[in-house]
Amino acid sequence: MPNTSEARPLVSFEGVTKHYGTVAAVHAMDLDIYAGEFLALMGPSGCGKTTSLRMLAGLEEPTEGEIRLDGKRINEIDSADRDTPMVWQSLALFPFLNVRQNVEFGLKMRKIPSRDRQQRAMEWLERLEIADLAERDISQLSGGQRQRVALARSLVTEPRILLLDEPLSALDANLVVKMQGVLSRLQKELGITFVYVTHSQSEAFAMSDRVVIMSQGRIEQIGSPKTIYRNPTSRFVADFVGSNNIFCGTVSKEGATLQVNTSVGCFSCSPSNDEKIFTMGSTLNMVISADLAQISLTTPQTANQVRCRFISEEFVGSIVTVFAELENGADFKVQVRQRDLADFGLKAGSVFYASWKSADVHLIGESA
Amino acid sequence: MTRLSGQNLLLRGYVVLVFVFVFTPIVTSFVFSVNSDRFPTIPLGHFTTHWYETIFADPDIWEAFRVSALVSVSVAILATFIGFCTAYTDYRYNFTGKALYLSLALLPPTIPLVIMGLAMLALLARINMSGQIYSIVVSHVVLCSPFAMAVVRMRLAQINPDLEPAAWNLGASPWRAMHEVIIPFCRPAIASAFCLTAAVSFDEFAVAWFVSGLNKTVPVMILEILQGNTDPQINAIGSIVFAISMSLVVIAQLIFFRKTSAPATTGI
Repeated sequence: MPNTSEARPLVSFEGVTKHYGTVAAVHAMDLDIYAGEFLALMGPSGCGKTTSLRMLAGLEEPTEGEIRLDGKRINEIDSADRDTPMVWQSLALFPFLNVRQNVEFGLKMRKIPSRDRQQRAMEWLERLEIADLAERDISQLSGGQRQRVALARSLVTEPRILLLDEPLSALDANLVVKMQGVLSRLQKELGITFVYVTHSQSEAFAMSDRVVIMSQGRIEQIGSPKTIYRNPTSRFVADFVGSNNIFCGTVSKEGATLQVNTSVGCFSCSPSNDEKIFTMGSTLNMVISADLAQISLTTPQTANQVRCRFISEEFVGSIVTVFAELENGADFKVQVRQRDLADFGLKAGSVFYASWKSADVHLIGESA
Repeated sequence: MTRLSGQNLLLRGYVVLVFVFVFTPIVTSFVFSVNSDRFPTIPLGHFTTHWYETIFADPDIWEAFRVSALVSVSVAILATFIGFCTAYTDYRYNFTGKALYLSLALLPPTIPLVIMGLAMLALLARINMSGQIYSIVVSHVVLCSPFAMAVVRMRLAQINPDLEPAAWNLGASPWRAMHEVIIPFCRPAIASAFCLTAAVSFDEFAVAWFVSGLNKTVPVMILEILQGNTDPQINAIGSIVFAISMSLVVIAQLIFFRKTSAPATTGI
């Protein structure tokens, strides 16, 4: 989020570590979460994202470090007294209560009188467009409807922060897109903080202001979806984002335009991320995003090219990902528009050239 | 196809035979309870409700039913409570010695009833608690709690483990969550455990015989009558006892399976 870096964060993790026996699920985590932002915690399973969320919800206690909500240490505060409601991956709706009673639950625990409770629950059911289901049993609802009940149940107490633990993972693909829209709109309208745990890049990128990439209990990178996508700061992030071609190489010529020697050839790079100076002989990772490479059938007029053998394509609508193999057996991916690809008439085994501009190469130091 | 239906027929025949084997003595007992003859012989005499009338006129038998009812309801309440608590601690907590705790909790039904009765008598007599109605209650609670625990445990195995933390997360204290989530979820199992333990206690003879003293329960009464003479009244009492415990067990089954057969909603 812009302009929030000076503001006091709503939530801070300071050196938070969580051990299960001898295994560290989360390791010395520092993270600030600002009021009103949509923050995604993303990473492969077992990276510590859910554990972090559960510590914030008060369902796990940190082994070390401090979690602060609004500047106040909350490590020892019970989940019941935190007002950090969570939307569960399993939704955890109460099967013996109907829709309205489920939504009323949080208010009932706060001893709100029955009539107020009912009214506030109905307002939220209306807001989520499921008011007509108020008296239904949970077992009679579809997946998307349950999702809305779970959201209403968590939001009815009007918290300042909502925690979401992979809430869309059980839905059909088209429903996921629809619910992403619902969540995104809701977060903007309410102006409250959403902390969203997911392993899905598309969910994280589609909705969040900032994305936290985690791996093995540590934060790898924090940034806007665009930053994560275009300027990954570690090989892990570049790999995890999924559409990058990464080659390890050494610098053979210094300057504004570097020459990098890799196992698939020697390429020139004029990286825009000039904050890091790569000296002669230093090793680095050269990242070429699949959507920044072009395909041609004849040898292109540039040194930045590789000869590819077509393997397969993955069609996801207007954009197609082409999977190819280089001469030394390494994989190479190119994303092109479907109608452009049709002109090439590529078949399994066809040879083509992939090329890219030296300015489009992103470099990551080997140590990172 | 014909072979399959042949097998099917054989299987059905087998099931019928099993039921015949199990129920013939009970049916026989019922038939002779409404038969006018003094001794259970064939050919039968005529239909009569005489034996039922004589037992209903006997204050000792009323007293035995009263004791049995009092005992079995008390036992059902206590055993269900203890069984629920044991099942919940098993569900919620992990601790060292949990395996030992569970095996001890499930142990009583594996002890031969005569041994159990004798041990109970030895203990209760030593602490001056034998021969009272509550002596039977205490002994039966020991015997019945594991059944209640098993039923509740079966239900808790179906719960979505996120439900209770979800209640905490929404502002419920641990006690409140137990009251608002765990108990409502387990309600069919609790009702079922109540009926089942009541039935077990109502039927139980050996332990009750050892510890009951002068407070005879119905099964103890039956034996006393039998020791004196063969009397068709026994058949009448037996039929009533059978009807009561069978109803309790059937109700227990109905409650448990009707309420829990709907897919346990995990939200997916």
